[in-house]
Amino acid sequence: MANKDDIKFLSNPKIGQNRKKYCRFRKFGIKHIDYKDADFLLQFVNEQGKLLPRRITGNSLKYQRKVATAVKRARHLGLLPFVADLLK
Amino acid sequence: MSDPKRSYEITFIVDPVLPGEEISSTAQTYVDLLKNEGCDIIHVDEMGLRQLAYAINKRSSGVYFCIEFTTLTGDVIAVLELALKRDERIMRFLTVKLDKFGVKYNEDKRKGLIGKRKKQSEAADQAPKSEPSKPAAPAVESKDKE
Repeated sequence: MANKDDIKFLSNPKIGQNRKKYCRFRKFGIKHIDYKDADFLLQFVNEQGKLLPRRITGNSLKYQRKVATAVKRARHLGLLPFVADLLK
Repeated sequence: MSDPKRSYEITFIVDPVLPGEEISSTAQTYVDLLKNEGCDIIHVDEMGLRQLAYAINKRSSGVYFCIEFTTLTGDVIAVLELALKRDERIMRFLTVKLDKFGVKYNEDKRKGLIGKRKKQSEAADQAPKSEPSKPAAPAVESKDKE
């Protein structure tokens, strides 16, 4: 008969807990977001080229706004698509 | 009062169908225009031929140029943009005013201190040995998100 301690590790104990989100710009001290760096901005859009929400990227409001501006500038210059399928 | 000199950055796309020397002379036109207007050119970045993410003027690629300059007044921008608008060789352009972080970022980028990130480059200044490990960290984080 398995006691309580054995059962505890039958499922992955880490499955339930979610990782704490953080703003990478604050954490790494990035102050300026370059709109010409399309590869970097690709991290903040989904496969259709839409901006990802803050609740997924974890950006602080200040930097989410800057990301949004940078993505929009990149789109204007043809570095990122306005609409896409299977981007990434 | 902030620094009286304002920094701007202008990126434009030149039609790639033009012959090679005309592409560079197009860029040179605007460098000269800015100099005549009394601006200080900080850097002219030729980003080269790139594939566009969507067709512009029925072209699928373009030659990118980026000019960073400072000026005392913003009057030159109107002149510059009008000239760019009238030029048929220019497919698209974007003028951006740089804040102090933008200026610093471009400076660091030119020195080759950063691939992308700024703080790490400052850390790299002090300890060049620790540099390779640091840029790896954000890349790992970004993978977690996707």
